Amino acid sequence: MSTALAASLSLAAAAQTAERPGRTWASTCAACHGSDGKAQGAIPAIAGRDAEQLYRTLLEFKNGQRPAATVMHQHAKGYADDELRRIAQAFAAQSAR
Amino acid sequence: MTLSRRHFLGAGASFALAGCAAVGGEKPIARVVVVGGGYGGATAAKYIRNWDPRIEVTLVERNEFFVSCPISNLVLAGTKRIEDVTLPYTGLGRYGVKVVRDEVTALDFDKKQVRLARGESLPYDRLIVAPGIDFQFDKVPGLAAAESSGRVLHAWKAGPQTVALRRQLEALPNGGVFAISIPKAPYRCPPGPYERASVIAQYFKQAKPRSKLVILDANPDLVSKKGLFLKAWSDLYPNIIEYRPNSELIEFDAQRNVAKLQVEDFKADLFNIIPPQQAGRIAQPLISVNNLWVGVDFQTFESAKVPGVHVIGDATAAAPGMPKSGFMANNHAKVASDSVIALLTGAPVNREPILTNTCYSFVSDKEAVHVASVHKWDAAQKTVVPVAGAGGVSTARSALEGEYALAWARNIWSDTLG
Repeated sequence: MSTALAASLSLAAAAQTAERPGRTWASTCAACHGSDGKAQGAIPAIAGRDAEQLYRTLLEFKNGQRPAATVMHQHAKGYADDELRRIAQAFAAQSAR
Repeated sequence: MTLSRRHFLGAGASFALAGCAAVGGEKPIARVVVVGGGYGGATAAKYIRNWDPRIEVTLVERNEFFVSCPISNLVLAGTKRIEDVTLPYTGLGRYGVKVVRDEVTALDFDKKQVRLARGESLPYDRLIVAPGIDFQFDKVPGLAAAESSGRVLHAWKAGPQTVALRRQLEALPNGGVFAISIPKAPYRCPPGPYERASVIAQYFKQAKPRSKLVILDANPDLVSKKGLFLKAWSDLYPNIIEYRPNSELIEFDAQRNVAKLQVEDFKADLFNIIPPQQAGRIAQPLISVNNLWVGVDFQTFESAKVPGVHVIGDATAAAPGMPKSGFMANNHAKVASDSVIALLTGAPVNREPILTNTCYSFVSDKEAVHVASVHKWDAAQKTVVPVAGAGGVSTARSALEGEYALAWARNIWSDTLG
């Protein structure tokens, strides 16, 4: 098996059995941010981003530290910090493309 | 990061096995049939296969194409074409979903089979029913005749009626009166009628500025995004839109084009009547709330009446504050998919579902507004409820949100259809 194929299988595998609640919660974001966070158009793609950076961004939305937000502050306030962390980890586990 | 690395490696092994089983054509571990290929059903079919390819999934849909209700109001306004909101089901094939184009004639819960008009019955281990809404034309005397004559359209299921209503609007003379009748809530897409009024008013403003648009709302007030719509109407269309609350349609006289309301008779040159609604009639045996909607357990979306049958989307009796929207149906589908997989494989059901909603509405060709909410399980109430302090509406209409609305459509279409 080539390294590239092995790598892509492993990435797909991460999508398969990533922690189930986190994966399912993250999937609700896909309606705007695209399946697995692979967004098209004006909405930011979040697949494959660094988990810590995504988590910090979500916390900033939640705590009102992103004044340019249109809707994300309203969503982020609906989640416990730990839920945001697990959602961030689910997107970080995806390939960016 | 150590933890996620370990997850990563463990995951690799199990996927390799599942992948081989699927490629080798081995017998699937279970069969799921999904009835209806809208925002709910198509998403569920895709996500079950995506999350557990050992399960065989068959999606039954009577139409050749998916035609999106969201964005279809822009077709009425003339800024989008019906082709722009029409998508094929072929993308689901990449996930191994078997798409069967047929009409479901009955759900046989005893034999665990779905009966079809043309094809062989489809056996299932678990069934997902996503029929959307059906109209109750017979609730308003005169409406069924007016609808079947083609003179009065609902255009509340996007498709041929959307195109036909656009033609009627084009044929309306400058100075003509157009009326939109809204049924009592709950109905599909709470802000939809107000978006429709907004974007058609903009068309009138440009193409027939002496025309009027009268909203006959059965509800006592705007059901959604009230402040944002009222501001857009007074800023942008002050001489075009007139809003009348408490204007339930009691009877329709197609001969004279007169809507009989509780307090008055209202005559217009053209009517768009959105009829009262109920769960799609194929779900009739599952209806358990007000004789109209299907009650479900929001942890699993399993029907309150028939075990092993999950119902998602607009057909469900909504939890508190939960809109009948494509976004919400897409979210129902994900919670239901996760639960169906768990129940078929003996894994624990996630008892803490989270659902979200963001509905964008255009108030002009470029500017949009939104309403958003997050819904979580409440153990005391045994249902999902909006999280206090989360959610809300736009601070003001903007072109940026118009861009987000169009990007949202592209992304949810791709998330739903593969």
